[in-house]
Amino acid sequence: MSSFLPMGPKILVLTPEIIVFGGSVVTSIIGLSRSKTLRKSVPLLAAITLLASLVALAMGYSHESAEQAGVLMPHFNKIIKAIILVVGIGLVAISVGHIDRRMEEAVARGATTFDPMRVVRGEFYSFMLLSICGAMLIPGSPDLIWLFLALELTSLPTYIMVAMSRGTRRAQEAAVKYFFLGAMSTAIFLYGFALIYGSTGSLQLSTIREVFADQSARGGIDTLGITGLILCILGFCYKLAAAPMHFYAPDVYEGAANPVTGFLSFIPKIAGFSALAVLLSTVGWSSHAGFSETGAPINGLPAPILATLWMICALTMTLGNIGALLQKSVKRMLAYSSISHSGYMVLAIIAGPGLGFEALLFYLISYGVTNLAIFGALSGLQKRGEDVESFEELSGIGRRYPGLAAWLAIGSGSLMGMPPLLGFWAKLMLFMAGVQAGHTPLVIIAAINSAVSVWYYLRLIGVPSLSPPGTSSEGVTKGPSSWPRFAGAVASVAVILLPLFASRILGNSAEFAPTNAKPTSATTPTAPVATPKQTTENSRQETPRQDNTQIALHSSPTRL
Amino acid sequence: MIQYLLLLLPIISALVIVLSSQRAAKWIALIGSTASLIVAAVFAVQFPHWTTGGFWPDLNTSPILGNFGVDLKIGVDSVSLMLVLLTVFLTPLAIAGSFSAITTRMREYYAWFMILEASMLLAFMSRDIIFFYVGYEFTLIPMFFLISIWGGPMRGPAAIKFFIFTFLGSVFTLTSVIFVAVRHFDSTGTWTFAIADLVKFSSTQLSAREQFWVFVGLMSGFAIKTPFFPTHAWLPLAHDQAPTGGSVVLAGILLKLGTYGVFRFALPMAPIGAVECSTFFAILGIIAILYMSLVCWVQTDIKKLIAYSSVSHMGFVVLGLFALNPIGLQGAVMYMVNHGLSTGALFLCIGMMYERYHTKDMEQLGGLVSKMPVWSFFMIIFTLSSVGLPGLNGFVGEFLCLMGAFVAEHDQPAGYPGVLGPWYAVVAAIGLILGAMYLLIMLGKIVWGSLREPHGQEHAQDHAQDHGQSHAQHAEIQLPTDLNFREIAILAPIALACLAIGLYPKPLLNAVEPCVKDALVNYPAVIDQYNAKRGLVNPGTPVKQAEAKP
Repeated sequence: MSSFLPMGPKILVLTPEIIVFGGSVVTSIIGLSRSKTLRKSVPLLAAITLLASLVALAMGYSHESAEQAGVLMPHFNKIIKAIILVVGIGLVAISVGHIDRRMEEAVARGATTFDPMRVVRGEFYSFMLLSICGAMLIPGSPDLIWLFLALELTSLPTYIMVAMSRGTRRAQEAAVKYFFLGAMSTAIFLYGFALIYGSTGSLQLSTIREVFADQSARGGIDTLGITGLILCILGFCYKLAAAPMHFYAPDVYEGAANPVTGFLSFIPKIAGFSALAVLLSTVGWSSHAGFSETGAPINGLPAPILATLWMICALTMTLGNIGALLQKSVKRMLAYSSISHSGYMVLAIIAGPGLGFEALLFYLISYGVTNLAIFGALSGLQKRGEDVESFEELSGIGRRYPGLAAWLAIGSGSLMGMPPLLGFWAKLMLFMAGVQAGHTPLVIIAAINSAVSVWYYLRLIGVPSLSPPGTSSEGVTKGPSSWPRFAGAVASVAVILLPLFASRILGNSAEFAPTNAKPTSATTPTAPVATPKQTTENSRQETPRQDNTQIALHSSPTRL
Repeated sequence: MIQYLLLLLPIISALVIVLSSQRAAKWIALIGSTASLIVAAVFAVQFPHWTTGGFWPDLNTSPILGNFGVDLKIGVDSVSLMLVLLTVFLTPLAIAGSFSAITTRMREYYAWFMILEASMLLAFMSRDIIFFYVGYEFTLIPMFFLISIWGGPMRGPAAIKFFIFTFLGSVFTLTSVIFVAVRHFDSTGTWTFAIADLVKFSSTQLSAREQFWVFVGLMSGFAIKTPFFPTHAWLPLAHDQAPTGGSVVLAGILLKLGTYGVFRFALPMAPIGAVECSTFFAILGIIAILYMSLVCWVQTDIKKLIAYSSVSHMGFVVLGLFALNPIGLQGAVMYMVNHGLSTGALFLCIGMMYERYHTKDMEQLGGLVSKMPVWSFFMIIFTLSSVGLPGLNGFVGEFLCLMGAFVAEHDQPAGYPGVLGPWYAVVAAIGLILGAMYLLIMLGKIVWGSLREPHGQEHAQDHAQDHGQSHAQHAEIQLPTDLNFREIAILAPIALACLAIGLYPKPLLNAVEPCVKDALVNYPAVIDQYNAKRGLVNPGTPVKQAEAKP
């Protein structure tokens, strides 16, 4: 029972989050300073906080202490946190110069004096760090209350960030929309949590896992538990921007300022996926079937949940891509593209631990970095102090800013999965995971979708660099700060070069090797080599396996 | 290490071009591509397996996704090497052919061209399927930019159509490859994407049903790239709108990526699927030959005519490939090389004429032999080679493809039974007549007859302005009436190569033979089984089967 554990290991494991939280307190105060230099240093401070947290994660985190602290999937936890922190630094960089732009310009002109009541920069970065802190807390949640609070800590600051990112009405409309729908989704998954509690009598994930395993040994998880899990998945879909909870995304993404859109399309998404992984680890995956610690069989994702995820995956990819085809605004297009990428990643969740999680993490890295390249370029541009939004405004900007057009092109290439860019390798691993888990039809749907997506990504490549400049693109100039463009440049270079280090990024973790390739449990030393016929059956099996005699086996997914 | 040098040279040249000035770009590109040609020649001389089959060099290096068996393995057999040589041979000529045509954004043009060369070489030289795919797919990016920046008036739609068609097909190819790799992992416990391993696994371990779907998946990419009959819609527009250099590479080399894919992956990986589909694809090939010939017949735009004729010619390659015997496959490989030479050269010729008259409309041209005798000489040679005149290169491949289809009967005594037969060859041979007809009609219209030229220089200028920025400065470059030395130096080597292959194709055929037999290892048995199911028994089966499996 982790709640009765001494606080020591827990604090140790949570050091990175504590640092981020501390940073958020400091930034909110410093942002109010009368000294311009101090005010300007707020983003730097936020970045340093994230860097410090990353160092703390690298030095202080060990799997033993994490396990002692009740973390279900120590390695997954660590990598997710690292991805959030690294991409978080980039997200801070692309937001430099956006917040309080009008106010600071006015102060610089001498038109007005600095008024701490009217600035929001400190709060903005403070909320940003809080949201990041929340996202970092999710993969390590030991119980449902923690999971709920961490999800709320991720979401609540984002509502405010959307509202304060721009002075326009549209931003406020977007924030309200985002908030109300977000509250609804929270209600949905909170209800799901309640049902799970009703079914299992516990809030501890490890206990829930035992009870579910017990139930499925006696003829299946009861309806209450299944309903609860499905409600949770639907609620999390809101964070992922996955169908059927994706409708808010285009409006909110369009209303928010460019850097905030970049933030929204990544941090809530990674939070949602880690929540999904944590929650589903209580029922296990078919590729990961085996026995729980008490010897109860785990049959993998129950059929109704698998069916739900299957439909979410197929619908999300397809609706996202079809929606993106029709857009005139770059940001709406990117919103739909982000929806479709959620769909691809749900495929990895279905595939489960082993190759599936590895693919998920790699895809998240790829998506995060690529997003930085695109939003870095978009945030680096402005039109009379406003964000650049439509394709017309981007038309022909490659003539004046070849670098920015190149970042957009590289980013779009990676998102469409053009080899040899990062996105291609991510998609490759995702498809491998999908086929291996026996979901070849989903992989084919994903493949068709990524071919469809070429059409709109080509526009993002072609319009800036090939179209002639038009009337609406004439007023577009570079933004006030060069940090967003720099972040975009670094991210684009990373998109090109990271594949060379792909095996090092993930390969340092032996835990990530597919579990049935290296049985670690002494209970069933199955040889990985099977006769071709048997493997055919294995790989085709889409429903959870009912016989657990020949299964390969890890004692529990806690090692992931 | 020479194989890496060959891959890196174009990339290095591209980088140098980006850093250099607009004026120097074309010379650096020419030097870089010529250096690649020399390196490739050295490579070819060192290559030890010309007549024995097999890959060289055999090295394992630099895993990218090491735990998933994705390795940058570089090595060629004689078929790959021939296509590599075709690539490095045509690229400098296409670059030299762009000297006077490309007058804007020259650095970008030549840099993209060198990157295009690098990715084609990667595709032909890779022995890892994923890296083949990387090269195969990445060719789209440089080609997309070549068409959409320097292309004709319809360049935008042409580039997008080209990109989307090809991408759509190749995602299925990738899915098939992943499926095979995952099955390989499931049954052996190791990840690999090495072509040899996957081919061996897939052809022997997968069930008939799986092989069928793997084959369909692989073919959907390659069929669009080649292109096969109903999926050719992207090609005429892309060829027509691309700048001359782009058309040369597109027709000469990029289309071969599709047929090379069929030869290297689709046929060896899924023999059962291939046999089941072979009549279907052979019929598609014949439809392409005949239907496209008729389409060519009514074209008035010379470039479009040659573009459609490529589809028709690729029909012969398809027929040869699906004859599934060594003769047909040898013919297909020869046809790939020869089509690259003659069609590439025809596009170069048309480009040179276009720079002088600014029109590709046959109705506006005629009797050019009196104005441009040297150009007409080359045009006639390449057209005849394209027609398949004996003594020139086109004949060798065409004849072998037809013969392959002709002898592909179930009771073929030569050890390689087939599922086609004489009728396929007879119907396809009508295409020879049609081919001669439309190409000679074209020749008759523009080379012979009374002299017809578009109305004067003003017209040419208007036309150039209509065609947008890429041709706006044409008037500034003074070209002589007939070909200048540079242009002759571009066309002469191709003409010599055409003649040499036409007169003495034996070394090439010998080089191709062992590779072809490797690709067909599993076929005699599979075809006998298939034919037996249809009630056609091969009297010589047991003996031949033993012979066929080394």
